[in-house]
Amino acid sequence: MFESGTLGGVTDGKMPLIAKVATSVSKTAAALSRAAGRGDGSVIGGWIGLKIDPDLLTHLASGRAVALVSGTNGKTTTTRLTAAAVGVLGRVATNSFGANMPTGHTSALAKEGHTPFAVLEVDEHYLPEVIDATRPKVVALLNLSRDQLDRAKEVAMMAQLWKTKLAGHPEIKVVANSDDPMVVWAASGSPQTTWFSAGQRWLDDSFVCPESGHPIERAQGDWWCTGCPLRRPRPQWVVEDEGVIDPRGDWHLVKLQLPGRVNIGNAATALAVAAEFGVRPIEALPRLNRVASIAGRYAQVDRDGRNIRLLLAKNPASWLEAFDMADQAPTLLSINARDPDGLDTSWLYDVDFSPLRDRPVLITGDRAYDLAVRLQVNQVPFRHVQSFDEALRSVPPGRLEVIANYTAFQDIRAELDRVN
Amino acid sequence: MSTEALRIVWIYPDLLSTYGDRGNLLILARRAADRGIPAETYEVRSDQRMPHTADIYLIGGGEDGPQSLAAQRLIADGGLHQAVAQGAAVLAICAGYQLMGHSFFAKGAKCPGLGLLDITSDRGETRAVGELRGDIDPRLGLPALTGFENHGGRTHLGAHAAPLARVTAGIGNDGQTEGAWAGKILGTYSHGPALARNPAIADLLLRWATGADRLSPLDDTWADRLRNERLAAASPA
Repeated sequence: MFESGTLGGVTDGKMPLIAKVATSVSKTAAALSRAAGRGDGSVIGGWIGLKIDPDLLTHLASGRAVALVSGTNGKTTTTRLTAAAVGVLGRVATNSFGANMPTGHTSALAKEGHTPFAVLEVDEHYLPEVIDATRPKVVALLNLSRDQLDRAKEVAMMAQLWKTKLAGHPEIKVVANSDDPMVVWAASGSPQTTWFSAGQRWLDDSFVCPESGHPIERAQGDWWCTGCPLRRPRPQWVVEDEGVIDPRGDWHLVKLQLPGRVNIGNAATALAVAAEFGVRPIEALPRLNRVASIAGRYAQVDRDGRNIRLLLAKNPASWLEAFDMADQAPTLLSINARDPDGLDTSWLYDVDFSPLRDRPVLITGDRAYDLAVRLQVNQVPFRHVQSFDEALRSVPPGRLEVIANYTAFQDIRAELDRVN
Repeated sequence: MSTEALRIVWIYPDLLSTYGDRGNLLILARRAADRGIPAETYEVRSDQRMPHTADIYLIGGGEDGPQSLAAQRLIADGGLHQAVAQGAAVLAICAGYQLMGHSFFAKGAKCPGLGLLDITSDRGETRAVGELRGDIDPRLGLPALTGFENHGGRTHLGAHAAPLARVTAGIGNDGQTEGAWAGKILGTYSHGPALARNPAIADLLLRWATGADRLSPLDDTWADRLRNERLAAASPA
């Protein structure tokens, strides 16, 4: 039941012995973790491997064409879609469980053995470090907005970190969101940038220009700084209706199993990144259509006559997107504030919950009381339940939408046998 | 009490709205509406004139750049100074609290504040992040303060400002005191939607603004549960 403890999985003969040993131990630890039911094994293996060989990620990445995907929202989904698209060309290693720090990257590359391609989701704080370690061909920058400010760097500081690192790597092809001023500024020092327009639903973190400190004006999808030359670049990839316009001006229908307009934007990004590897949209689109759920996100589970659909919402921008995707059906909201979620629940007041007034709402989670007070202020009737099972018993047969933040989502996913 | 609607202004949401600051505006409006007190809310952006005729002003948290920009504009505008001179109530949070004082630090430089509170702020050696709890100045007659703080500043009070609370968990101004008040101005490091956990402070602002000695009670079952949970969760200083 364990993966092989030998060196058989890694075929790159140029890898130093220490890296081979580290890779092997890393894979074994990951398999042990999975076998013990302790998790996906997507972090522990990499952690041990990096303890043995601190340069293991560099060794594992060398010889592969790497794309990194980073931003506040949509990176797990976009990474999955990009890996599917690049898969047109050959095998792709990817961290599909959302383990997006160097330990997770190390585990993902070790597990897949040698592949010509790698598409890695990267936590925004770690992007500079992972650029150094993996020497990527392409870096995709999705968006930057507030996400757990009690521990995260402030939005403008994050953009500055990206900008400095990318300016030192002119060989990297940057694929960046033209609708987010913070992202555009971060990419502004890079000579090879392809712009995509996937929209920016969340505007509150970019009213002030990061370059000049002057207000940013917006009109009809365009934006510009009132005090310096920073403005929206003309995008080469644009979401239009249910499809995407490519740089040649051709419109492609994007048929996805994933819900919501936001995922069409994620698909556009995936197509733009894959194009840097030489993949044409027409080749990639059928593969995007086969993606049904990502580490439990958007997954549907039937239990006791209820069709449960799982939506992950981690921060204000992604809550708005979840309301957009959810059907008019009984909805369970679950909120925790553990370390991975951020310890602060203030963001609840950045979300307008009024779209939920017309459906039965249940609440649960470690921080259900914070949510209760928020919903009361928002005039959204709700019922507090102690557990997922109680929620399930409280709704009639049919669809139950579940919207939860990160660890609350994982708790519910565990109740549903770690559905993928 | 005036028959005109209560006017509540949120100062510069385009600059100072780092984390859920809108909550305080929503909570004040809801607690007024639930009692049948007519209230109007205004969001005044930094490119607009600050009205001086409102009853309650709210100012929130933000990053260094927007904080110093907000201070410059409020000083140049003068509307808030005039409102305070006419007896308006102010709730100032985090960066907004700092800029109510004589000076504060942003992007490594000392910046002039509005001078409406007798306080000065500088940088601490460590960032204060976590649950904050304190016993509020008994003269205000309010139950314990509970909040979440996230700031790098330290604030020093002059003779004309009193601490809002004595810290029992967390850092606040300096590990001993938290926030400041003078007249009808309240400042606190309890960030974001501070009134969600402290509805009694919301009611104090409403009493100040309406001149009412007391307000009809509201059902605060959920707020009380939240308060009890968070007061218990805060570890001692």
